[in-house]
Order: sequence, then C-alpha cells, then structure tokens
Amino acid sequence: MKALLVRDIKLAFRAGGGFGLGLAFFLIVTVLVPFSVGPQQALLGSIAPGVLWLGALLACLLSLDRLLALDFEDGTLDLLVTSPLPLEGAVSVKALAHWITTGLPLVLAAPVLGVLLNLPPAGFGWLVASLALGTPALSVIGTFGAALTVGIKRGGLLLSLLVLPLYVPTLIFGAEAARRGALGLDPATPLLMLAGITFATVGLMPFASAAVLRMGLR
Amino acid sequence: MFDPHILSVSDLSVARGGLPVLAGVGFDLVPGQALILRGPNGSGKTTLLRTIAGLQLPLQGAISGADDRIAYAAHADGLKSMLSVTENLLFWAEIFGYPQIDPALDAYALRPLATRLAGTLSAGQKRRLGLARLMITGRPVWVLDEPTVSLDSSAVAMFADAVRAHLARGGSALIATHIDLGLDADVFDVSAFRAQTNARLGASDEAFL
Repeated sequence: MKALLVRDIKLAFRAGGGFGLGLAFFLIVTVLVPFSVGPQQALLGSIAPGVLWLGALLACLLSLDRLLALDFEDGTLDLLVTSPLPLEGAVSVKALAHWITTGLPLVLAAPVLGVLLNLPPAGFGWLVASLALGTPALSVIGTFGAALTVGIKRGGLLLSLLVLPLYVPTLIFGAEAARRGALGLDPATPLLMLAGITFATVGLMPFASAAVLRMGLR
Repeated sequence: MFDPHILSVSDLSVARGGLPVLAGVGFDLVPGQALILRGPNGSGKTTLLRTIAGLQLPLQGAISGADDRIAYAAHADGLKSMLSVTENLLFWAEIFGYPQIDPALDAYALRPLATRLAGTLSAGQKRRLGLARLMITGRPVWVLDEPTVSLDSSAVAMFADAVRAHLARGGSALIATHIDLGLDADVFDVSAFRAQTNARLGASDEAFL
C-alpha cells in the first residue's frame, strides 16, 4: 500500500506526471474571473466562494483521466489485480495519492486566490475548511469515474461527463459552507453535510471502483 | 521450497469478446513442471492464461490452486517509464513483500542499467526487466504470455536459465510461446480444444452492447 502511494506521488512529480497542472489551471481560471466580471469588488466578493469551489472542482477533474488509464495502458493494472494487494485498497491508495498531488495543493492555494477575488476576511478560514473537507470526496468519486472509463481510449471527456453530476452534492454543500462563512453566518450545517458526503464516499466508493475495475479488465 | 500443491485446470471453457474460443481444456501442473502452450494466433492462448491468472471469469470449468500463487506476465510489462530500473523492481518487491531484488538484477544482466529510467531502455531491455519482476514475486506458478518477444538469443538463454532455476526450486511454469526455449517441458496444444462456434456455453455479447 505504502509502496503504491509513494510510487504514485513520485510519478506525479516526475516529468509528464502532471503535478501542478491542476494547481496552474485553478490559478488561471480564478485570475480570469475578475477579467470577465469586471472590477466590481462587491460582486466579486459575493461570488468568490462559489467561483473558488467551482475552480477547485474543475482542477480536480483535470488529472482524473490519467489516474488509472496510464496504469491500464502499460499493463500495471493487470499486474496489480494479480498481486496480493486487495484492489479496494489499491484504488483507495490511488485516490489518496490523487488528493495529495491535486486536492491538497488546491486547498493550500485557495486563500491566496481568495485575495484576488476580494473574498471577505471572515470567509478565508471556512473556505479552506470546506475545501479540505470536500476535496477528498472529489478524488474518491473521480477514481470511481476513472475506473468506469478505464478501458476506453481517449475517455477523458466521457469521464468528465460521468463524474460532474456526481460532484453536485459536494459542490452544493462545499460552496454553501464557504459562502455562509464569508457572510458571517453559521456554516455548521453545510459543513456537517459535506463531512457526511466525504466520509460516505471514502468508505463506500473504493468498493464500487474496484468492482467496476474488475469488470472493465475482463 | 513451495508446498507441493499443483495448479489444476479441468473442463475449462474461456471466451473472448463474448465468443467462446476454447472448450474442455484440462491439465495439471506439478511442482517442477513447465508446460508450453502452443497454438496458432487467435487460438485463445492469451485468453486461457488471463482466465487462469484470474483476470477474467471462465465460462465453465474449474481452476484450482491459482489463488495468490500465480505470477502473471503478459505483452505489457507494467513498467513506469519515469522510474528507474531499480525503482520499478523495488516497487513490485514491496507490493509482493519480497525482500531483495539483487538476484533478479543479476539473472537478467540488469545491473549496468540499474539507474537508467525504464523509458530509456530498448524493447528487449524492457522485456528483461518485465521478466525479472517474476523473480521478486516469490510465487510458485509463473503464467507467461509470449515472454520472449523482442528478446535476443542471449536474453532468451537468460530467461531459460531463470525458468530452469525456478523449476528446480519446485516452482512451475505455464508458458505460451512459439520458440524452442530448450527447456525439458511438456507441450500442450490448445488447437485441439477449439470451441465449436455454435456452442454458446452461456457466453453473451454483453461486452459489445
């Protein structure tokens, strides 16, 4: 398990591994928003939590198509299935590696980008909290989508179409928690819902991912 | 070294793409035995090996002794091009909980290449690395699909030596190949088990729907 985690993180940092792609995408999307909306500070401040959450979600999506497809293409997946590692554990570890290389940098970068979008000061803490709580769910659900499309050449677009609807609950409660935090309201309810979604997906999704992966390899 | 359990296949039918390709396949593998699978292209050797390795389900029949005993190697070597030779081997060594990679490096003359990235190796060198992986699985039954593709004659000799050493330790091997490895092995011709095209055996074309 640890070997797989270390390998995936190592691969992400090597050439062509895609580390930083999601982060750079998040950065650019967020920088583009003030350009398209115009210099209206009040408006930017009120849409900032939603924009940051949507940007983080899309950035997470960007690296999903390489999560399992690369291992499928070079035969690693076949060998992993025949290895002593339980497949449920392997997909969980791969989702964790995806979160560490994609989700975690987004969480850390979000406050900086919040400044660009004139996020109210009260919202920074809640934005980081909601992203930290919600992005693991994005990685785990995304791994399920990647497992579904693993045998399909150039399945990236199909993967996005499959995964985006599944991201809706996470987005609603995540962005709502950040918005309430920014307005100085109590964000406890959406945060608890978000935590529920994350824990449920982290607990259950690996079984679904492993099941569809086994089917996809047949 | 390995317990004397054997891989046993009986009345096995396998399908590819929803169509049965082989039916009624049966053989036993005892420790120290190598079985060479022969048959023309498309006769179902790969499908049979994938089924035995547990990567797909049989239509009929039973495979016993396969669980957690098989080291599988196919056309794709499962190498990461951005990891070095040693890193690739160490990864699989940790996955299989096997202590050392040195014998594998030596058996396939990979030591001079140890720090090279796998992506910079030639096709034959990659294959040698893929075959070296078998030695660090510590598993008794090697299931190999065309292991000698892109190997030169000296590398084929290294492979044959590695198989012989594996058999001498009480392991066994099931190898689909077209060339003569110089092994003292039995030959199993799968073309005798070709499935009748009208025998559907419950296969479905679900995969195409």
